[in-house]
Amino acid sequence: MGQFVMPALGADMSTGTLIEWRKAPGDTVSRGDIIAEVHTDKADIEVEVFATGVVEELLVEPGAKVPVGTPLAVIREEGEAAIPVAPPPAPAEAPPAPAERPPRLLVSPSAKSLADELGVDLAFVRGSGPNGRIQRRDVEAAAAARARAPSPAPAAPPPAAPAAAEAEDRQAAMRRAIAAAMARSKREAPHFYLSETIDLSVALRFLADENARRSVQERLLPGVLLLKAVALALREVPELNATWQDGKVIGSDRIHLGVAIFLRGGGLVAPAIHDADALNLDELMLAFRDLVTRARAGQLRSSEFSDPTITVTSLGERGAESAFPIIFPPQVAIVGFGRIVERPWVSEGQILPCPVVTATLAGDHRVTDGHRAGAFLIALDRRLKEPESL
Amino acid sequence: MTTDEIRNTVLRMLCEVAPEADPALVRGDVDLRDQLDIDSMDLLNFVISVDEELGVEIPESDYGRFSTLDEFVAYLAERIGAPAPGVP
Repeated sequence: MGQFVMPALGADMSTGTLIEWRKAPGDTVSRGDIIAEVHTDKADIEVEVFATGVVEELLVEPGAKVPVGTPLAVIREEGEAAIPVAPPPAPAEAPPAPAERPPRLLVSPSAKSLADELGVDLAFVRGSGPNGRIQRRDVEAAAAARARAPSPAPAAPPPAAPAAAEAEDRQAAMRRAIAAAMARSKREAPHFYLSETIDLSVALRFLADENARRSVQERLLPGVLLLKAVALALREVPELNATWQDGKVIGSDRIHLGVAIFLRGGGLVAPAIHDADALNLDELMLAFRDLVTRARAGQLRSSEFSDPTITVTSLGERGAESAFPIIFPPQVAIVGFGRIVERPWVSEGQILPCPVVTATLAGDHRVTDGHRAGAFLIALDRRLKEPESL
Repeated sequence: MTTDEIRNTVLRMLCEVAPEADPALVRGDVDLRDQLDIDSMDLLNFVISVDEELGVEIPESDYGRFSTLDEFVAYLAERIGAPAPGVP
């Protein structure tokens, strides 16, 4: 009998609020199925189940805020007989009274997506979830009511939903979460930094040639070359692809790149592209584009938060020339890229204009040192100068 | 398609890429990346929308020809062969 517990979706998460169950007792689930939606300080996240079987019992009501690790449901795995289970521990906070109308518009990610699909204006939907959160069933009911209505309802002013206040609340919560994780990292992990300025002229020519013969939909971004080069360089210096847990370093055979994605309005998230080293450039571009789209739509999955083995942050074309990022615990390294700039560059005795990028590696001295980090940056440099091998 | 129609279509597509943007507040003479906080992924998504909706494939080598809404509308009008404003 397996327990589905409140997952730790990053080092900065100590509690989570169950928004909505997506499965009911008696439902069959397979590994990777979305079983619930959980609210954290950083985002609303679709949580996957890591067992295959039948949902035996749901232990926690939507709206309950519980510590990480709290059993939320019991899953009878294949071949097991049903057995009674102990009651769950008391939640950290009891679910709020459902009758209270929320002061702001709360919407689960899947409800938001469904509303977009069905053309339902969420301002006119009454939420039945905790704190009045709008859930899929509310959107479905609103869509059904609209279909039954003999004529369109007259335009009415939307309810006083102070969107600015909602955004401020989310911002404050996200900043607290980021601050907690970064303060912990700086307190516990002795950081060291190395950087390398890399000639991108060959890589950008390769990219321009590739994109010139591709359709618009198939174009690649420079960031994809950087991600793939990082993933391949990690194969050569695998100790940077690891986590630090309970005083020990735990290496990972798989390379799950956390990709820092800024959110318009402030804040960022760093969900994983799984097995990035095994993806070709087309697959990696698709995964990258999908991840950015879902991150900004609030539709990330739990494994994307819990699985990164290293993080890559890129300041993009409008950022500064170099970044000195802070390691995201429990990872032991992070790679930062600055803006691609054109600089005078000495090559074969001549000074020529050259597009370059500065890559910085922050490493955890408990796990590795400058010698190995330097080897990583040299491998990264070499990979980017051989773009056809990416 | 007139330039006004192009402008309205472009504004709508921009706001789909950057849904936090208020189309009424988008200025024609200010860099779109600064106004809308859009990055290279957003720009790619926008260029894909232009291709799919308007049938105009924008080569990367043309990206440098526009940074503002006014410049982009003029670029598209030239590509589509739209009449100038006020010309029937």
